[in-house]
Amino acid sequence: MSFPWAQQYQPKHPLMRWIDEKLPLPRLVYNSVGGGYPVPRNLNYWWNFGVLAGAALAIQIITGVVLAMHYAANAGVAFDSVEHIMRDVNAGWFLRYAHATGASMFFIVVYIHIFRGLYYGSYKAPREMVWLLGVVIFLLMMATAFMGYVLPWGQMSFWGAQVITGFFSAIPVVGENIRIWLLGGYAPGDASLNRFFSLHYLLPFVIAAVIILHIWALHIPGSNNPTGVDVKGEQDTVPFHPYYTAKDGFGLGVFLLVFAVILFFAPNYLGHADNYIPANPLSTPAEIVPEWYFWPFYAILRAFTANFLWIPAKLWGVMAMFSSILLLFFLPWIDSSPVRSARYRPTYRMFFFIWLLDILVLGWCGGSPATPGYIIVGQFAAAYYFAHFLIILPIISRSERPRPLPNSITEAVLAKAHDRAPHGAGDPVPAE
Amino acid sequence: MVRTIANAVGALFVLSLLAALWGSISGVISDPPKPTAADLFHKEPKALHLASDGPFGKFDQQQLQRGFQVFKEVCSNCHSLKLVAFRDLKGIGYDDAQIKAIADQWAVEQPTTNPDTGEPATRKNLPSDHIPPPFANDIAARAANNNALPPDLSLMAKAREGGAPYIYSILTGYEPIPVALKKNFPDSLPLPGLHYNPYFPSLNIAMAQQLTTEGQVQYQDGTRPTVDQMAEDVSAFLVWAAEPKLESRHVAGFATVIFLVIFCFLAWGAYQNVWRDLEH
Repeated sequence: MSFPWAQQYQPKHPLMRWIDEKLPLPRLVYNSVGGGYPVPRNLNYWWNFGVLAGAALAIQIITGVVLAMHYAANAGVAFDSVEHIMRDVNAGWFLRYAHATGASMFFIVVYIHIFRGLYYGSYKAPREMVWLLGVVIFLLMMATAFMGYVLPWGQMSFWGAQVITGFFSAIPVVGENIRIWLLGGYAPGDASLNRFFSLHYLLPFVIAAVIILHIWALHIPGSNNPTGVDVKGEQDTVPFHPYYTAKDGFGLGVFLLVFAVILFFAPNYLGHADNYIPANPLSTPAEIVPEWYFWPFYAILRAFTANFLWIPAKLWGVMAMFSSILLLFFLPWIDSSPVRSARYRPTYRMFFFIWLLDILVLGWCGGSPATPGYIIVGQFAAAYYFAHFLIILPIISRSERPRPLPNSITEAVLAKAHDRAPHGAGDPVPAE
Repeated sequence: MVRTIANAVGALFVLSLLAALWGSISGVISDPPKPTAADLFHKEPKALHLASDGPFGKFDQQQLQRGFQVFKEVCSNCHSLKLVAFRDLKGIGYDDAQIKAIADQWAVEQPTTNPDTGEPATRKNLPSDHIPPPFANDIAARAANNNALPPDLSLMAKAREGGAPYIYSILTGYEPIPVALKKNFPDSLPLPGLHYNPYFPSLNIAMAQQLTTEGQVQYQDGTRPTVDQMAEDVSAFLVWAAEPKLESRHVAGFATVIFLVIFCFLAWGAYQNVWRDLEH
């Protein structure tokens, strides 16, 4: 597909030949994740996370479909139906903990996948469309995760729904009406729970569809690689299968191992105790905290505490929070440096890690109580977040002097192998 | 064009943040945050080690039965345990006949309908019934408890930060009001009907001390029923009530981890084998 030397699908069995003539689906799979997709030979472990994200989505869909067979989306019984799953459904506790932990695992994997794309410049030409679709997937994931968290109808579910739909009431004039329209009432209730359940079931399949587009867009230029240098010839690539299926198999095993340890031995570690209290509209929890994967954005929301230019603080916070994600859509054009990989961009590399630290600080503030100390730290961190994209990146993409790039992927690989080999007699002659 | 708009939007956000920052900092300076009574007197839960702790944890069934007895004789006078059915007590080591007897002799009967008249009625509990709540509804519960609602205990060990050690600390943590609290925070003293307990987030809890004297519950297995022992046993029982599948989870987890470790070794071998002739 992407390179002229890609292997062609040659069905051996007559049945496969027959299918290939009628519906070339096996050919499509072969060209997508089989021997027909040439991939740079130098991908490191950070490239495992795309496949892992796909696996995490599959786990969520499979466990979610079975959970939906036992769950009742009715405000009167939703909480008890979840406990029915935990206590009376065969292996129900496993399904529910797998689904709840799985959401966190999905986000961990996707965040690493995003950070990898940022570090190695995978968002740059010619892969802008891959990046744009990725941001769409991220937004859909956030919506899906939020609605899923409402379904157990515990205290955090209810008050989380209250806070998040409250964002829309910040819109001038029509905001309150939009909020009521979204909730189907003045406060989260049965109508909200039902529509959230319906959409929570729908959106994962939308995500799956956008993932297909994401992979389609990826296969046109082919995968990026740690050097960021374009593929020059056949020696730079290996077929996806068996090379990367084998490597992804190992990565998947390690991922599942981490997943299993959390699922079986600390399933409530990533959750919040208050969500084991049934939703009570008359009692507000002491702290309303979203799930950890929303903390950085929650910190940005809370950083805006002053009315400014006749715009209320809440609207500033909501606009800033949405902008902090929507900003990512413009990233391929904000960073105009032609060099992709941070390996050859020393200044960008340094600022990437500062930005990563900034995200962690934001997350730490977002997960902490809204005391003045955390708010002030969050305000600095939020300002830095925007400064990174709007000031630092445009400047360094023009002023930075990149290190010399290798001529090809193969040259980089062989130079590394040469450095690694013990020096002395019997050294293999480098193939230069 | 895009860049100009982006910079303008960014500049506005930064200015708005500066205004907010100015507000936060001047707020802290003009009105420095003062520690509240809870900041100074609230205590973290005491250490409590249960057999079910840790990745290899298993329930101590003797202890769970003692804890169930404490629940039955003390807690269940005010607190419900709605999510637990009598049949579930098999999980703490009772057999079918014992469960039938426990259900049959339970002080509160199940609400039902008189089959002849259609009038509301009650009947003896069956093993398939959930443990009936002590009060017909929240209003009755509040009316009997100085307008405080005793929470359902089914998930208590998971629904509070601190879990079982928190429950144990609440039960054994009643203390005389410290002199410093009386002196410095007269507004934070327990109102009539509330009781000082430094392990409770607001320091003032509606429940009076319930486990007061040794021997309040007579254990069948000869364990000495000290207040500490009873509190520990009922905390252990509530861990089971909140997570009855904990043991199977640990066992399944152990098997899964062993399987995945072997899988990882094999997958690693396959990976190395496929890549053996290729520098990468």
